[in-house]
Parts: sequence; structure tokens; C-alpha cells
Amino acid sequence: MSYQSQIKNVPGKKVKKIMLYTLSTCIWCRKTKALLSELNLEYDFLDMDLLSEEDQEEAYTEMESYNPHLSFPTIVINRGEQVIKGFEEEMIRHLGHKND
Amino acid sequence: MINISKNAVEDLFSSLSSFNSCRGYFLNPDTAFTKSLIESLLINDDRYGYQACPCRLASGERSLDLDIICPCDYRDSDVAEFGACYCGLYVSRQLAQTGEPIKPIPERRPTKQDRLKSSNKKEIAMSEESNSIKYPIWRCEVCGYLCARDEAPDTCPICGVSRDRFAKVNIVTVAAK
Ligand code: SF4
Repeated sequence: MSYQSQIKNVPGKKVKKIMLYTLSTCIWCRKTKALLSELNLEYDFLDMDLLSEEDQEEAYTEMESYNPHLSFPTIVINRGEQVIKGFEEEMIRHLGHKND
Repeated sequence: MINISKNAVEDLFSSLSSFNSCRGYFLNPDTAFTKSLIESLLINDDRYGYQACPCRLASGERSLDLDIICPCDYRDSDVAEFGACYCGLYVSRQLAQTGEPIKPIPERRPTKQDRLKSSNKKEIAMSEESNSIKYPIWRCEVCGYLCARDEAPDTCPICGVSRDRFAKVNIVTVAAK
């Protein structure tokens, strides 16, 4: 419950539910956020390094279920329907025109 | 939010540039990208007391984060295999010259469980009779530099990391048949 309140929303076109697990210091996470904004897609993100220890633990467990390697960014589409690990530009761009 | 001054970023950028240029390590030639990573290193320095890797989540406990203090234990392997370190701060000689864009690199750091399993094995097994040599041998876990002396050096003369990044090598002599 606790870390949920720390999730930030960036408004845009609602194509799929996009959730990012990120670090505020990570350059690939920043690139991912910038690309999603450029594509004008709505997304939620959680900067894990800014959480309290307790919240971090909880969010980490959640993130681990999608990506056991816990690498950043971890991009979760529609609550786990698809998981993109890292700044995979092509795959991220594809999220924009995927309405199939 | 921690604010890092432009000067601090410029200072670290120029010291890293001059330190590395003569040691076979190369910063990413995309200076805007590099400076942004350097700023993150300074944020982490402020936050944890050491320059933890900007692209990995540090625990905040130095002993658990030793392998991801920049330059991390994985830098040299990633530069050799992918042409850049995990974050892209360091690149290979070739990429430094051509300025080719770098691609995302898979995480080489073992999972937390695997790290805990191997943390007791900081000593590298090589033999049974380790008292047959006069001086213990130390290996820099970052660059592989070996030295034989009572204690590991304060700073690795090759890659510049601190003493606690060294592991003691356990020498084993194999009996001749
Ligand atoms: S060498 Fe690269 S991957 Fe390793 S800690 Fe530094 S910035 Fe991160």
C-alpha cells in the first residue's frame, strides 16, 4: 500500500497501462521517460532510489516478480502482459502504434 | 532533492578525463551524456557517502555495495564484451574514437541471493599450501592487477580504486606427479 502513493503519473495518450520502475539517477531511465513523453503516451513511474527503506523493500519484491534481475528501467505493460528490460528503443516506440 | 553544482560536475569530469586518458580507460565521448552520469555519481556520493553506480539501486551499506562503486567490478568485462559499461560512462577505445552510439547492456551483476552466496569466497582458491610464499597476493577485483605485499595498496596503481576493492589470493600448489 505504502509505496503506491509514491507512484507518479505522466499524462498522455492512453494506449496501454505502462508502469516504469526507475532510478532518479539512471540515465537510461531518463531516456525511457523522455521517449514515452515524446511519443505522448501516458505512464506511471516509481523512482525506487527516492523511497524509504521500508517502501523500497516492498516495491523491490513487486519489481522482482516482473524482472528477477532487478535492472533499471523495468517497464511493465498491462500489469505484466509484457515486460521490457532496459531502454529498448524499438520496443518502446512500438508501444505507441500498438492498438492491435 | 540533492542539487549538485555545475562546477562540481566540471571538476569531476576533468579529473576523470585526465586520470583515465593515460590508463587505457575512456569516458563516453558524448559529453552531455557523460556529465549527466557524473552528476548522478555526485548525487549518490552525497546520498550514500560513496559514488554508487547511478544505474543500479544501492543498499546504502558500503560493504554490500562494494562491487557497484564506480568504477564497478563489472566495468572492464562489459567494456570488453559490449564496448561500454552498464551505464555507458566508460566505453572501449574503439567507441571513444568512432562515437558510435551504445546500446543497452544486460545486467552482469549477480542477483542478491547469488551475491550473498559468494560473498564468503572473496579469497580466490588456488592451492592448499598458502604459507609457502613469503607475501600474500592481492588481486584488484576491478582491473585484475596482482601484487604481492603485506597489505593491498591504498589505491590501485592501475585503475585507482581503494584498498577494500582488493581480494586476497589463496595460492595452491598442485603436487607434481
Ligand atoms: S563503471 Fe559504469 S556501470 Fe560501473 S559503476 Fe561506473 S558508471 Fe556504473
